[in-house]
Amino acid sequence: MRITQGCFSFLPDLTDDQIKSQVQYCLDKGWAVNIEFTDDPHPRNTYWEMWGLPMFDLRDAAGIMKELADCRRVYGDRYIRLSGFDSSHGWESVRISFIVNRPKEEPGFRLERQEAAGRNIRYSTRAYATEHPEGERYQS
Amino acid sequence: MAHSNLQAVPSDVPREEVPSSVDLRREFETVDIASILAQLDRELIGLVPVKTRIREIASLLLVERIRRKMSLASTYPTLHMSFTGNPGTGKTTVALRMAGILHRLGFVRRGHVINVTRDDLVGQYIGHTAPKTKEILKKAMGGVLFIDEAYYLYRPENERDYGQEAIEILLQVMESQREDLVVILAGYTDRMERFFRSNPGFRSRIAHHVDFPDYTDAELLAIAELMLAEQNYRLSPDAREAFIRYIALRKAQPLFSNARSIRNALDRIRLRQANRLVSNLDRILTSDELTSIEAGDVLASRVFSGGSDNPARQS
Repeated sequence: MRITQGCFSFLPDLTDDQIKSQVQYCLDKGWAVNIEFTDDPHPRNTYWEMWGLPMFDLRDAAGIMKELADCRRVYGDRYIRLSGFDSSHGWESVRISFIVNRPKEEPGFRLERQEAAGRNIRYSTRAYATEHPEGERYQS
Repeated sequence: MAHSNLQAVPSDVPREEVPSSVDLRREFETVDIASILAQLDRELIGLVPVKTRIREIASLLLVERIRRKMSLASTYPTLHMSFTGNPGTGKTTVALRMAGILHRLGFVRRGHVINVTRDDLVGQYIGHTAPKTKEILKKAMGGVLFIDEAYYLYRPENERDYGQEAIEILLQVMESQREDLVVILAGYTDRMERFFRSNPGFRSRIAHHVDFPDYTDAELLAIAELMLAEQNYRLSPDAREAFIRYIALRKAQPLFSNARSIRNALDRIRLRQANRLVSNLDRILTSDELTSIEAGDVLASRVFSGGSDNPARQS
């Protein structure tokens, strides 16, 4: 099951050239671009880990593409996303975020039904990947 | 992570027709380096060998650009440079112009200059240097990284100095990301020579060594007049005579740093001129008086009484 979230989620995966143009767009807007990765694909998992520090004051996408290549080398079997943080007054938040890397196999989610009192059913989703401990979830 | 079936846009866009001939003049005019070279001639006095060299580099890059258009060039030219010369000979100014030229010709994408020294690259404890250097390199991507007094990076007397680590990262990026940034090293001639001798990797990665000569007395005077004209001042004929003598005397003193010393001298001369004007309050000032620098303003300098005009030692 192909996980989608953030910007461009209805598009096929971006090529490196397309990622580069998006990054350049963010930099031209004055946003700081960050690289984050995770191996817990649950949609409510908002706490992804950061690759290095947020990159402020960059002018050209080449530096970020280099970092992304480094991150892929180490965590190529996980989800990696880029986010653009706008530090200007009044915004001070993430303006764009999109997935740039995903595991080869994405096993998807199990839907769990819990029978509660009075014939109520509670639903929850659990990623098959998270049955393994962190770091062993996507073996490539 | 290669999802060949999910890649968005196929890359086989119809290729542009490769031209077999190019109108050189039109090419020259479209990139408009003539104006930037003319500006260089106008605003930088003297420095004939440097200007010649920059003209040569600009021509080479223009030809290279055309060759790339005609798909004759396969490799990316090495553009890293080293600027050597005494203090105040215009190395930083030329580096800024160089970034402009490279940007016009499309050899750097953004054309900004990141000006750094050892402090910005080398960390203070183990593991601090690599992220620090990489941070600076990332900021310089698409532009020019100007490393002033580059020889301080290498400190042979301390074998545990972290400078070596910064040098290694620099060398690696200078080689592998040639199309992303241009590195310009600058420093005094003799120390740069020693630096290159102990770091042969740098010498071989630098394509253009440019040496900045000292200015002659006449050039220094021209620089002074240009600086004054920019600030709407002018030397009276007597003051001009005095300033010619000042240059000769100041040059013989230690710690003379060419155009920078001249700028400092002019700052102090303006100070004295202002003081002279304010000392007599009961009169009407004309704009002529405000712009004119008199011989007395120049002659009050300590240089004429055999003292030093070095600001560090002046009270």
